[in-house]
Amino acid sequence: MKTPKIFSDVLLTLSARSIRLNMLRSILSALGITIGVIAISAMGMLGANMTSVVSAQMSSMGNTMTVTPYTGGGGGGPPGMGSSDDDSYITEDQYDDIYQIASKYGTVYPLYSESDTITTKNDEEGRATIYGLEADDMQAVLTVDNGTFPRSESDVLVGTQLAERQDLEIGSKIKIGDEDEGQIKVRVSGILAETGLSSSLRTDSAIVMTEDLYTSFYGGEGEYTQVTILLDDINNSEVVSNALTGKLNKREDVISVSDSSSMASRITSSISTMVTFMQAIAAISLLVAAVSIFNVMMMSVTERISEIGILRSIGTQKDEVMKMFVYEASIIGLIGSSAGVILSFVVGYIVVAMLVGDTSYFFEWNSMMYLPIGMVIGTTICIVTGLYPAWRAANMDPVEALRAD
Amino acid sequence: MNPPIVEVKNITKVYSLASGDVVALDDLSLTIEDGEFVAIMGPSGSGKSTLMNQLGCLDVPTRGRLLIAGTDVRTLNDHDLTRLRLSTLGYIFQRYNLIPLLTAYENVEYPYILKNRKQDDTGHVGELLESVGITRKMARHRPAELSGGQQQRVAIARALVNEPKILICDEPTGNLDTKTGLQIMKMLTELNENGNTIIMVTHNPETAGYADRTIVIRDGRIVT
Repeated sequence: MKTPKIFSDVLLTLSARSIRLNMLRSILSALGITIGVIAISAMGMLGANMTSVVSAQMSSMGNTMTVTPYTGGGGGGPPGMGSSDDDSYITEDQYDDIYQIASKYGTVYPLYSESDTITTKNDEEGRATIYGLEADDMQAVLTVDNGTFPRSESDVLVGTQLAERQDLEIGSKIKIGDEDEGQIKVRVSGILAETGLSSSLRTDSAIVMTEDLYTSFYGGEGEYTQVTILLDDINNSEVVSNALTGKLNKREDVISVSDSSSMASRITSSISTMVTFMQAIAAISLLVAAVSIFNVMMMSVTERISEIGILRSIGTQKDEVMKMFVYEASIIGLIGSSAGVILSFVVGYIVVAMLVGDTSYFFEWNSMMYLPIGMVIGTTICIVTGLYPAWRAANMDPVEALRAD
Repeated sequence: MNPPIVEVKNITKVYSLASGDVVALDDLSLTIEDGEFVAIMGPSGSGKSTLMNQLGCLDVPTRGRLLIAGTDVRTLNDHDLTRLRLSTLGYIFQRYNLIPLLTAYENVEYPYILKNRKQDDTGHVGELLESVGITRKMARHRPAELSGGQQQRVAIARALVNEPKILICDEPTGNLDTKTGLQIMKMLTELNENGNTIIMVTHNPETAGYADRTIVIRDGRIVT
């Protein structure tokens, strides 16, 4: 039979009054739930915000694909850090194939790279990565902060960090190469804008020269170190990758395609592993809270045995007694979880601000959803742990219960 | 003549304990007519409490037939037994047994709500309280704030709220002083005169004197 609302109120009244009678005890156990809910919600929000922030950072580099010669197994070092294997390169024919496939999805450009000794004024020696790019590509891919793109045969661009370290400015002369194996003297025509880690081509510590200058010094024209593809739409990365390997690696593996979005997903997944671990710890605090609720409910049942006897003897049904105690646990749970949700909002914001340093994703749904989730978990745990004590109360023998003091 | 309100036929109640079975009621038979006032007496351990629990439908006999207002309680499940307690029986206990969390008024209203599934809007509860001598002001208090006599009055009002056929009284004056006890007994006598069947357990012969008939139990059997 469905119980009308007004009737439920009597049982609710009894539950609420029992809680009020044991205020301190009830508050303490509600507090346990509050802390548990805060822990689990704040951790969830922290994880969600971390993931959002990192994946936003990653997506700026996520649109880059790099095609390098297949070196067998492993591979996958960052592009341009130069494997010293001079034999492996991307041929002109392979480049043409790559261009044919990938050019409709974005910008494709070949790149030469080498790591070499450089000598600046006062005979200061150092090492730098040397990139060779076609003049057109250079203008498309790079930004010059100071100065101009190369205008004469021996003009080069340098990265900001290199310029700072070696005290280079526009017009500075650099000797590239070992003294014994021949050197080339170049002139700095421009200093590149800082690219940071999230660029397709990290030039901060590099020297960039035209293809002509590069091949005239190192030789190997048409033997590219890598081909970079800047995708217009990151979602095409898989299509392009499959098309490239399908075409070029048909007979044997000659190229490897690395896709920085896969790195992004690796980072995201390691963040989520970390967050799951933190949430597991938070779950333990909820478990502790559950035990305390269980204890409080058992105490409430034990203290009220004779009252249960009275209720049963004057005609209260078993399920009504059960309901009364479940209500009691639910009220404690609801109060505890509500306080938990409100505090989670505050604590979560502080934790995100402190640990992630960026709260711009805080109010998004995949962060905010941990509030209702925490609330539901907290309340559910209270009701579930209240079930057994309630069941015990309901199934007490009324004669025995009446006899109790 | 009406059929008897309580018919006990050869009931036996056996408690199984670790030390062996204890026979609390031994093939006991008893008939109580509608409108009777019966006192049950006996030394402790005689089985009178067990008999009261059977008559009050708090427990069912191991063997035999027990008819309360025509219903065989041994055929009832817990739900129906509880329902019978709610609407056919009224209880008055030695220790009043009011619900400490509810006010006097709410204590009386509670079984009414259980039965009618709604709050009392007829003034029935208030009238009942008035009739047992509990003022409106007193009715707002919790049981702990009332004297023993006042609590027992509230308990009587509670027992009467669903207009039961039988009033079960377990030592109703046991915790009261003589004067208050007398008032309570007078009240019960009046209720009996108005047609209520009353079954009362007591060990006080003076209290038993108010009854039409006294049944004495010893070792689970009726002596007189």
